[in-house]
Amino acid sequence: MKCEKCKVREANTHIKKVVNGEYTELMLCSECAHALGYDNVFDFEMPDMFGGLLQSFFTGALPARSGASRCPECGSTYGDITNTGKVGCAHCYEAFFEELLPSIRRIHGNTLHCGKVPHDFVEKADKPAENEIDNLKTQLQAAIDEQNFELAAELRDKIKAKETEK
Amino acid sequence: MSDAVIISSRIRLARNLKDYPFPNRMSDSQREEISEKVKSVMCQGDFCGYKFMAVNMEDLSEFDRVSMVERHLISPDFASGEKGRLLITTENEEISVMVGEEDHIRLQVILPTFEIEKAYEIANKLDTELHKALCFAFDKRLGYLTQCPTNLGTGMRASVMMHLPALKESRTVSRISANLSKLGLVIRGAYGEDTESEGAMYQISNQVTLGISEKAAVQNLKSITEQLVNSELKTRENMLKSFEYQDKIGRSYGILITARLISHKEAIKLLSNLRMGICEGLIDSVDLETVDSLMLKIQPASLMRHKGTRLTPEERDRVRAEIIREELRPK
Repeated sequence: MKCEKCKVREANTHIKKVVNGEYTELMLCSECAHALGYDNVFDFEMPDMFGGLLQSFFTGALPARSGASRCPECGSTYGDITNTGKVGCAHCYEAFFEELLPSIRRIHGNTLHCGKVPHDFVEKADKPAENEIDNLKTQLQAAIDEQNFELAAELRDKIKAKETEK
Repeated sequence: MSDAVIISSRIRLARNLKDYPFPNRMSDSQREEISEKVKSVMCQGDFCGYKFMAVNMEDLSEFDRVSMVERHLISPDFASGEKGRLLITTENEEISVMVGEEDHIRLQVILPTFEIEKAYEIANKLDTELHKALCFAFDKRLGYLTQCPTNLGTGMRASVMMHLPALKESRTVSRISANLSKLGLVIRGAYGEDTESEGAMYQISNQVTLGISEKAAVQNLKSITEQLVNSELKTRENMLKSFEYQDKIGRSYGILITARLISHKEAIKLLSNLRMGICEGLIDSVDLETVDSLMLKIQPASLMRHKGTRLTPEERDRVRAEIIREELRPK
């Protein structure tokens, strides 16, 4: 289907809105959707050569949480998520954690929740060692993104030490 | 003094049930299952001391659905009338839950005052009880898991609807919008497209949901809102020293109580002037509540709902003028 605005490019964005008392649906291409202020949250992702190279260096010390090409629960691929701008299910965040993290950081400037914790998760947080490693890993990713390699190396060593302790 | 500027305070929480895919990957039967679950938790007797009722969106007429968007009860997306969308509300519509929108659950508390903390308290209490019954998807690093990563973390949008005619006129709104975004807040026009707001109605809300606690986000919004209220009132005071603006307000009132045809755009603009005139003591024969309720009533779908029938744009302009004359007539 062609974009309803430019009538040239393929439509890939479904917009639903109310105009003058009527419910309206529009099929737009990414460019026209962007011009009208409807953005896909993943559209900003640009390959960062330098960061990418270093990231692969660090992945040696820090294996990706999962190398899944599909979410084991809902079957979404990472491509499905970036194309639609919608994550498939709660487990996708686990399956594509490394891939999603840069977008999450770009959106929020942060990657660590510090708000309400539901009662049944409060008890689960009583494994300090694991929590600490998770925190360090998040800090490590932040350091890599900021290209603060001195701090990153320090954090990587700390994680290794903690992991051997276990 | 804040009701001269503040129309309402709103909290919205995005939540998803742990054991179901997000709405874009859900089957019709899963949609139904979730609707039934939420309904059985909230609508059998009292829930958290409130009485709720449920309605299937597909059972409503288009102007019923669209008028709900106009009074900020549901999102445009939810108004499509697609199957498997359930709306649960209290009678006064202050608390509502959209089931099957972009997330399984969108809980909203909207109060017609500047009480954003109270709105959060109510939402928080309901959320805690809902989680006990439904078990929401949560991750200790990413917080509440949502279909769109923009809502991760607290899943909370806190917003305040404000009437800022003086800041709009002095072009301050467009100037502060960049500064607000540095503070993690965003300001949008409540009517019409883009930031150019008809009727000088603006909604200001938090943009970031991950890495900031609910309390901090609410406090942040509250303190910026207070600053905006003060600066709006100060600007109004200066502006209304000029006869030009006093004249503008008087004329707006004149047109509103005599017009026989009036478009939505014109009505909102004139009501905005009238609202400022009432707050600043220039007009005393109309009260603020009348103007605020008119602003909601005269929107296109709300008019059709009021009349119970579809109206052409020309008929709407006539009915709109009629309602405004009736409500503003000196009693």
